[in-house]
Amino acid sequence: MAKSRTPMRELTRQIALVAGAILFAVSSTQAGDQGPLGIGRPPTPQELSRFAAFSVRPDGRGLPAGRGTAVEGKAVYVAKCASCHGPTGKEGGKTGNRMTPPLVDTRPFKVGVTNATVGNYWPYSTTIWDFIHRAMPFNHPGTLSNDEIYAVTAYLLHANGLIGERDVVDAHSLPKVRMPNRDAFVPDPRPDVP
Amino acid sequence: MGTDQDPERAAQPPARLTRRQVLASALATVGGLTATVLAAGQEAPADPTKVQGLPPGDAAGRRSPFVRLTREAGWTFWSYTPLGNIDGIITPSDLHYEVHHAGAAVVDPNRWTLTIHGMVERPIVLNLDDLRRFPSVSRIAFLECSANSPFSWRSSASPQDTAENLVGLTSCSLWTGVAVSTLLREVGVKAGAKWALAEGSDAALMTRSIPIEKLMSDAMVAYGQNGEPLRIAQGFPARLLLPGWEGNANVKWLRRLELADAPFMHKEETGSYTDPMPDGKVRQFTFVMEARSIITSPSGGQALPDRGFYEIRGLAWSGRGRIRRVEVSTDGGGAWLPATLDEPVLPMAHTRFRFPWKWNGSEVVLESRAIDETGYVQPTRAQLVKVRGTGSIYHYNGIQCWRVTRDGKVTNANA
Repeated sequence: MAKSRTPMRELTRQIALVAGAILFAVSSTQAGDQGPLGIGRPPTPQELSRFAAFSVRPDGRGLPAGRGTAVEGKAVYVAKCASCHGPTGKEGGKTGNRMTPPLVDTRPFKVGVTNATVGNYWPYSTTIWDFIHRAMPFNHPGTLSNDEIYAVTAYLLHANGLIGERDVVDAHSLPKVRMPNRDAFVPDPRPDVP
Repeated sequence: MGTDQDPERAAQPPARLTRRQVLASALATVGGLTATVLAAGQEAPADPTKVQGLPPGDAAGRRSPFVRLTREAGWTFWSYTPLGNIDGIITPSDLHYEVHHAGAAVVDPNRWTLTIHGMVERPIVLNLDDLRRFPSVSRIAFLECSANSPFSWRSSASPQDTAENLVGLTSCSLWTGVAVSTLLREVGVKAGAKWALAEGSDAALMTRSIPIEKLMSDAMVAYGQNGEPLRIAQGFPARLLLPGWEGNANVKWLRRLELADAPFMHKEETGSYTDPMPDGKVRQFTFVMEARSIITSPSGGQALPDRGFYEIRGLAWSGRGRIRRVEVSTDGGGAWLPATLDEPVLPMAHTRFRFPWKWNGSEVVLESRAIDETGYVQPTRAQLVKVRGTGSIYHYNGIQCWRVTRDGKVTNANA
């Protein structure tokens, strides 16, 4: 089957898409009116501050005050995480790797050889803090303090061989932890088949 | 009145019911369901022209109790649309596939708000009435889970597979809501804003970073589905809708859009929904669902009662636009002939195809392939695996082959 997406065709298509987007933007501005419709209300500062810690980014923006070490985090892990992810995090849980994945594997990620974990697969350390904060523990999401989240993040980073046992993890230090799989991530190259 | 005491009537299955449907009516009886609609429906009189029917109301508005259409239970987090048992291109709302990360959130619409903030001139909070005041848009669009056929990559498929459990994480609805471009015009996007974080109000506070180009083109905050408010499993009271893009990015129970200069790199765009490749690279932000098709009749688990005429029927769709053509092979991929596409053929929507066929009783393999308006041709599993290996569980869109054996049984020929 001949592949009809030649580079020229692809270029033409992209130009058409951009042109379409511009036309759309122009026409929607004209259809719109003389400005905002004035629907809704501004958020209060309290509302915005409630969201702030749910906007954590790889450069550390959004991380709140607080701190923790792996030593402190071990107790949190055992109490709050081990029932699903295994006694140390290497084991994973009884319901399989997708539901209750292992969190620790100090070997490099390799398809079909090693488990993808927060240590060897996830490209950014801040994601660990963010995901625990927003969704864990699965049976009681949103119940850990910021210090506990920093501590259990430190535990996981240490268990994966990425920081020392007594290194302090906080808003300043966490973004500096460089994850081993970071450079593996690439943008979408499709269509790539056939 | 009870037909339970009338074995003769109970033993008369209505004509032309599929095996699955007959099973369903039997189950309803065995289950002893006491709902009025079931009791009334089960009392289908021998001659409905001689007795008054149901009064207008809920009972008559429901599915006939002789029809059993449910989402097939999938894995812990999902359920499948019963593709082999529905017609046309619109998926009944209660049969739309579902995938959740922390269960389907039950949200009180009176307490729900959507906040749009970040790199905008005028951040706003909208309640549901506010949202519905904006100019509305409606469009038909499919949604497909990026992990629709996770096991097909590693060929852990089974001959007993059905269209549902192989490809049932795709559905198509008429969505109504507000164009995100309208909302962004309302708040005024600041220069340099390139992404927005979409956040749900489920127990996972599910997030995805979405490029602003998509938000400004055809994205919608949807509150309506097939003429009624969204179903719980589809994100009631409002969800993001990104036509043609992988399901998880269409964040449900949407509570927040935060404009930003870069993606947030949260869990569902790093640890999950990324595609490990054989060379060690990991593809990220692989949003578009590429063209795909599936023969839904005959399909796995079904049976042809006799040789003779059958209409091969199926669905095709592409995240890049319209389906241009669907081709069907009834000889295991030797000859490919064009199927009829039923109107409407819409961009980023399920498209129904049909192909007349006579079964002569011999063993055959049936398959379909979709070609979309970009010229993209749906690949075989072998072509996919040759390029991408078997390390991902996402974005599988290989050609599905069904084997019809001499006794009329239909099985998964990819297994």
